[in-house]
Amino acid sequence: MTTSVPKSSLDGWEMVVGLEVHVQLKTRTKLFCACSAQFGAAPNANTCPVCLALPGALPVVNKQAVGLATRAALAINCEVQPVSVFARKNYFYPDSPKGYQISQFDKPLALRGWIEIGTRSDSSPIRIGVNRVHMEDDAGKSIHDRYAGATAVDLNRSGVPLIEIVSEPDIRSAEQAGAYLRVLKQILEYVDVSDVNMEEGSLRVDANVSARRRGDTKLGTKTEVKNMNSFSGVERAIDVEFARHVSVLEAGGVIEQQTMLWDGSTVRPARSKEGSHDYRYFPEPDLPPLILEQGWIDKARHDLPELPAARQARFAADYKLSDYDVEVLTSNPRLADYYEEVARAHGEPKAAANWVMGEVMATIKTSGEDISRFRVRPFDLASLLGLVRDGIVSHTAGKQIFSHMVATGDQPAQIAEREGLVKIDDDSQLSAWIDEVIAENPNEAERLRNGEKKLQGVLVGAVMKKSKGRADPRKLNQLLTTRLTS
Amino acid sequence: MTARSCAAVRADTAAGRVKAADTLTKAIDRAREVNAGRDGLNIFAWRDDEDARRQAATIGDRLADTTPGALLGVPIAVKDNIATLTMPTTCGSRILEGYVSPYEATVVKRLREAGGIVFGKTNMDEFAMGSSTEHSAYGPTKNPIALDRVPGGSSGGSAAAVASGIVSIALGSETGGSVRQPAAFCGIVGVKPTYGRVSRFGLVAFASSLDQVGVFGQTVDDAAVGLGVIAGHDAMDSTSADIAVPDYTAGANADLKGLVVGLPKEYFPSSLDPQIRAKCDAAIEHLKALGATVKEVSLPNTDLAIPVYYIIAPAEASSNLARFDGVRYGLRLTGDGLRGMYEATRSGGFGPEVTRRILLGTYVLSAGYYDAYYRKAQQVRSLIARDFRRVFDSGVHVLFTPTAPSTAFPIGAISDPYEMYLSDIFTATANLAGVPAMSIPIGRIGGLPVGGQFLASHFDEARMFTAAYALERALGAEAHA
Repeated sequence: MTTSVPKSSLDGWEMVVGLEVHVQLKTRTKLFCACSAQFGAAPNANTCPVCLALPGALPVVNKQAVGLATRAALAINCEVQPVSVFARKNYFYPDSPKGYQISQFDKPLALRGWIEIGTRSDSSPIRIGVNRVHMEDDAGKSIHDRYAGATAVDLNRSGVPLIEIVSEPDIRSAEQAGAYLRVLKQILEYVDVSDVNMEEGSLRVDANVSARRRGDTKLGTKTEVKNMNSFSGVERAIDVEFARHVSVLEAGGVIEQQTMLWDGSTVRPARSKEGSHDYRYFPEPDLPPLILEQGWIDKARHDLPELPAARQARFAADYKLSDYDVEVLTSNPRLADYYEEVARAHGEPKAAANWVMGEVMATIKTSGEDISRFRVRPFDLASLLGLVRDGIVSHTAGKQIFSHMVATGDQPAQIAEREGLVKIDDDSQLSAWIDEVIAENPNEAERLRNGEKKLQGVLVGAVMKKSKGRADPRKLNQLLTTRLTS
Repeated sequence: MTARSCAAVRADTAAGRVKAADTLTKAIDRAREVNAGRDGLNIFAWRDDEDARRQAATIGDRLADTTPGALLGVPIAVKDNIATLTMPTTCGSRILEGYVSPYEATVVKRLREAGGIVFGKTNMDEFAMGSSTEHSAYGPTKNPIALDRVPGGSSGGSAAAVASGIVSIALGSETGGSVRQPAAFCGIVGVKPTYGRVSRFGLVAFASSLDQVGVFGQTVDDAAVGLGVIAGHDAMDSTSADIAVPDYTAGANADLKGLVVGLPKEYFPSSLDPQIRAKCDAAIEHLKALGATVKEVSLPNTDLAIPVYYIIAPAEASSNLARFDGVRYGLRLTGDGLRGMYEATRSGGFGPEVTRRILLGTYVLSAGYYDAYYRKAQQVRSLIARDFRRVFDSGVHVLFTPTAPSTAFPIGAISDPYEMYLSDIFTATANLAGVPAMSIPIGRIGGLPVGGQFLASHFDEARMFTAAYALERALGAEAHA
């Protein structure tokens, strides 16, 4: 189905993309019943009459889910509606137990938001509009490969709360789509409404793709591309689908409005004619309209944490960090919190940044653990940085102490003492080592005395080795120079 | 012969004068006497007398309760679309044959907590779609007053259980008159509460915005006691109202001085059967004599109720009945692939009237037709509700009308669906507007009962009961003559 189009022939065409992002909300229970929303339980363990759609069962809206959805909508600058209405989206499928999904249709929770994904060359911001945010319940899972000749249905996910964030068709390139998704994910992590984990399915992306001649204002016919399982997959799928549109259009063909599936390298039409579904939406009669008081919405807005853009600006201004450091340290809110605690306790933001971006991030990257559960707590790391700054331990010893802190969780001063890593700047001890080194390396000592400066390092290194890294290098250099020049 | 009233059974049981088990035995004996079984009146979809006896046996343990429940020791029949734990809940449909709910409806829980004994599940039109209890997968129920007649529907089994004197009260459900019309046809009392007054949790949905559990009683008092038990907010039903429940028996002996009774002229058309008109006129004279002020009012959109009802109810039903897909419970018939399984199960499981309404509902919700049908119907529905609001805002307290345009018709007499639908012409309005309404017997024509209907404004059931108590008292034996 994929046709490769020479890059040059794409030039006369403009890509138009809108993204629909489904986000699973991090609630304790499901959207319409008290079952656990936890991922990973035994099949059908988290079910009840409501999410199994037994005869006579009725939905009751989970307030926590409404709170998280509202928070998410406010964080992407949407207008949360005082009245929104749940609606039934009717379709038959074995993992849709009610025979309909409870979603929101013509009166969604929130409208008219935007996300800033970067700046243009003239430093004006690139804003992608958000058309709407609505709430809905998830379907269960059909498992086709477990039993020969049969499909198994697991309804643990049935009724788990989702929000769907629908962008305007403002995206003009795969790179912009990727940036939109990364910024959106970052914002949702900051407001702590979802695990936003694409592998576990807590974030899913569908892309509406169309192509038009540059300069045209009318939108081309779109197709919906589904089944991408990473942000880079979304970017590649969009490029491939756009190229397909262009090749069809250039050949004088027409684009059929349909659903396409991405398989990792190509797109192909979905087997069922999903585009032709008539969902027969109508207002959900089992639920009254969702009414949110303005005061409640205002409080939710007030309670929002600092969002990524604001935090980035503040880190740059308050801590005088480079753009790169700011970007890395604010990439997720827990890392930013960690850094900020270290920086405040230590008092030297740049040193704190170097340690967090160096030792700390390398360690958690290897172990795969989340920074919020990292054994070395910010205050202890700040103590270690203090020991290094104050010359109590050398930088090298500091790194050794850090490794011990990761392994044991002990206090840095305690480790320095126990492991004999406290810096030695005592003149008599250093002089004794210098004497030994000169005696062991008479040639090198003589050449240094005669002005061959590069040999200073060799002798200093030998002393360092004797001191197991504890010798204060500044003092050592001083003493050695005095010794061999006087 | 009638069953003993709720109040009498409760008092005797609480005082230790009568054992719950003996009251139950009387009900079982009476059921045998009237031939309530499948080859007779066909009242019950399911009865398990042993289970009922086990329930009765536990009543003795509760006599020490400081306040005995309002239904202590009272056997109660429950319509088969209300979920019960120990008995199947089939909705009169093949698609749910043998289905036993793993949870029970809030109303059933409340009945049991009040000391009631669930005595069987009653036959009904399949999924409550019908006005005669002829459309049940388990055969028609007969009217105990005249065996060749229908008991009305869809709650015909519950109405027949009360009318034949097996039980003093029974639960039914209403979507468009399904309690009041059978109450009228069987000569008993039937109440449809305000939408939101009673929990729908565990009531198998037909049309969610119209459905409401209702109560049948031999008398106004039985119905008032029963409603008092099941009414009230339920956190499991988001459409149930959090409004205090008054004592519906409080007005049992009140006169009607100061009460303004409206007679909506659209419910007394020139085409109305003159004998029914005469029975209503006689009742109206009693109301005047009781001190009520009677005046003619108008509900101008009444004639639109049936067309609107037959758009909204099937639309919601088409969605509500989608869950009967053969996947998780109930009937499953195999076919070619998934689609074939759906088609075989649903074609084989649903009867013709249910199929007709699913098709109708699917059609009116379809893209391109939604605005013309469903949206328009909702707009007209709000006009019908406004008619009621205007009348009640103008100082009218209750309305009085005939319950049905005819008496019970012979089994098999009506084959045209639309003619059947017109049987609900005076009752569907209350469901569309959400207001409470009830039917009480006001006399007989050729031995067949006639019902008179009271309607009140939202959550004003108490006033409606006061009027019904007074008229019942004034009519005396005339109500059944």
